[in-house]
Amino acid sequence: MRVVLDPLALHGAFIREIEAISEQNLLACNQCGRCSAGCPLVEEMDLLPNQIIRPAQLGLDTVVDSTSPWLCAACLMCEARCPKGVDLPRIMDALRQIALRRGESRVVAGDVDPALLAGAPQMAIVGALRRGEK
Amino acid sequence: MKSRIGVFVCHCGHNIASSVDVPGLAETLRRHPDVAFAADYKYMCSDPGQQLIRQAIADHRLDGVVVAACSPAMHETTFRRTAEGAGVNPYRCECANIREQVSWVHQHDQPAATAKAGDIVRSIVERVRQDECLEPLTLALTRRCVVIGGGIAGMQAALDVAGAGYPVVLIERQSALGGRMAQLSGTYLTLEGGSERLAQMIAAIERHANIQVLTEAEVTACSGYVGNFQVEVRTGRPGGAEVTPFTLDAGAIVVATGWDPYDLSRLPEVGGGLLPDVVSTLDFERMLAPGGRLARPSDGVVPRQVVFIHCAGSRDPEHGVPYCSKTCCMVVAKQAMMFRQRVPEGQAYAFYIDLRTAGKGYEEYVRRSAEEHGVLYLRGKVSAVAAENGRLRVSGADTLSDLAVDILADLVVLATPMVPADGAVPLGQTLHISTDADGFFNEAHPKLRPVETLTAGVYLAGTCQGPRDIPETLAQASGAAAKVMQLFSHAEMTQSPTVAAVVEDLCAACATCVGTCPYGARSLHPVRAVAVVNPALCQGCGACVVACPNKACFVRNWRPTQVMAMLDQVGWSGDL
Repeated sequence: MRVVLDPLALHGAFIREIEAISEQNLLACNQCGRCSAGCPLVEEMDLLPNQIIRPAQLGLDTVVDSTSPWLCAACLMCEARCPKGVDLPRIMDALRQIALRRGESRVVAGDVDPALLAGAPQMAIVGALRRGEK
Repeated sequence: MKSRIGVFVCHCGHNIASSVDVPGLAETLRRHPDVAFAADYKYMCSDPGQQLIRQAIADHRLDGVVVAACSPAMHETTFRRTAEGAGVNPYRCECANIREQVSWVHQHDQPAATAKAGDIVRSIVERVRQDECLEPLTLALTRRCVVIGGGIAGMQAALDVAGAGYPVVLIERQSALGGRMAQLSGTYLTLEGGSERLAQMIAAIERHANIQVLTEAEVTACSGYVGNFQVEVRTGRPGGAEVTPFTLDAGAIVVATGWDPYDLSRLPEVGGGLLPDVVSTLDFERMLAPGGRLARPSDGVVPRQVVFIHCAGSRDPEHGVPYCSKTCCMVVAKQAMMFRQRVPEGQAYAFYIDLRTAGKGYEEYVRRSAEEHGVLYLRGKVSAVAAENGRLRVSGADTLSDLAVDILADLVVLATPMVPADGAVPLGQTLHISTDADGFFNEAHPKLRPVETLTAGVYLAGTCQGPRDIPETLAQASGAAAKVMQLFSHAEMTQSPTVAAVVEDLCAACATCVGTCPYGARSLHPVRAVAVVNPALCQGCGACVVACPNKACFVRNWRPTQVMAMLDQVGWSGDL
């Protein structure tokens, strides 16, 4: 796939919104991949955690359509190991917030099977509910 | 007459003793008819070990010494000095290498290792038996240094050598000193002081009593050898008034001929030489320089979208040069930041293969260009740059996002590699120093002798040896200057006397040796019909010994009779 990089998008609303919500500098990431190497949920994700950041650095807002931010358990493994101190769970959170502001949600709390919830850790339940906020 | 040789067998801790029966070896050698004394010791190179040698020489009136220990490359000088101190001619002291050549390579077979060590030690005893007492050769020394190249490297070397009190002639091809550094807008990491420092340096050189500067001058010929070079210099512009060449006597030469920019027209696929708004990093330096005009060459408009292309022509053995030019990653980061300071609303992009920023503070510098100055690094090369409605369409890739990426740019800056300065290869031939496949001068050893060449007395400084940046260039230039000062610190030069010699009665003056000698050390006597040896140039390689049809050549203390006697000892199984 070929894209034409838009200089306006590099300083545009999408990047500004992510950086404002997450308080992270996207360009601090040098794409070493350590986040993806340690993430316990990559088997389920359509984009690896580092592949979430890269389009965001380029100002490509298609990354909002990824399922990965919704699968992120906020376990903080990536944040703990990032050599540049990038708090990736906050960026994941920002992408969920942006999706929600656009009226898109991948999780509806009421639709979750109670039987599944019974065996889920409390942190996952709270996290899932937070992701469902509107 | 029997020799009175002492044999000193070293345990080297466990290095030798763990696989060679060291006391047994010493015991066996005591029965050798030419060995007057043999002993073993834990570390022969230690002070007590050397004292043992000195005491034995005195007590047993030894006339030769064999130290069976490590490689002579390690401690030959040490033991020869020990022997000399106790009255034995140092050239009758030899090392038998039973560590690198025996114990280290035969760790699991002590009987065989011990037998091999015995062979080697007896061989060296045979050699010492026939070793002549020699004196080091002394050669006259001209304590003047010629520095070729008036850039930052040559100027630093000249200042250091001149500062030590020796006269220097600094030869520059252009009409002014300064070299490539004079073309830079600023230097990383601080962007400060580049031009000021250069101006100070030039002023220091021009007022230095020990430095003679020759501009518009070139070296046209060179003869002689370390300590005694004759360097022919021609001054004047090419095509200008003809000036008679003159000859300088010099003891040492520092080569600092620097680099040239890569020819942009070799990069037509990215618009090099075809599109006016595709420039090199050196061109961009001029635009960024204080007082320079930051504008597109085509229409004079200030560029907003600037794309840098790393490795333009380098790391590309198929189309350009195979090597990494080492400085460009930092140059791009510097220029991108300078551009953003001049054009705050601008955006810089940098296509790279990988970012190579080894150096103190360098990684942090490049990261700062991204994190603080918003330089967008894209991991991939650019395939094409094409003009499009007054702008440039840059077609590249970003392999980090698996996307082909197009950018509409105002200006494209190609980070092209340094190539050797024009004329480097013929200058190398003139000075008898070699160049590599890319035309950079070869150092004597890539790790251990980085500022010397294989021609004694000729040293290298700066980018003529390979791409490097200013701090590295200055360090190497000072290193080369230190080598020159080391050479000049002696009143005369000493040279190993183990060089070739001629048995004149056997020599037919056929000149086979003259053509064979790789060092130009052989010639025919101007009057008498014999071949002669210039001991200052001879490296003792023995090529002439092999080539001589009359067996008239030999290398001192490596006579054929010695070598045959040594070989007779290999595989020896008799009793002493």
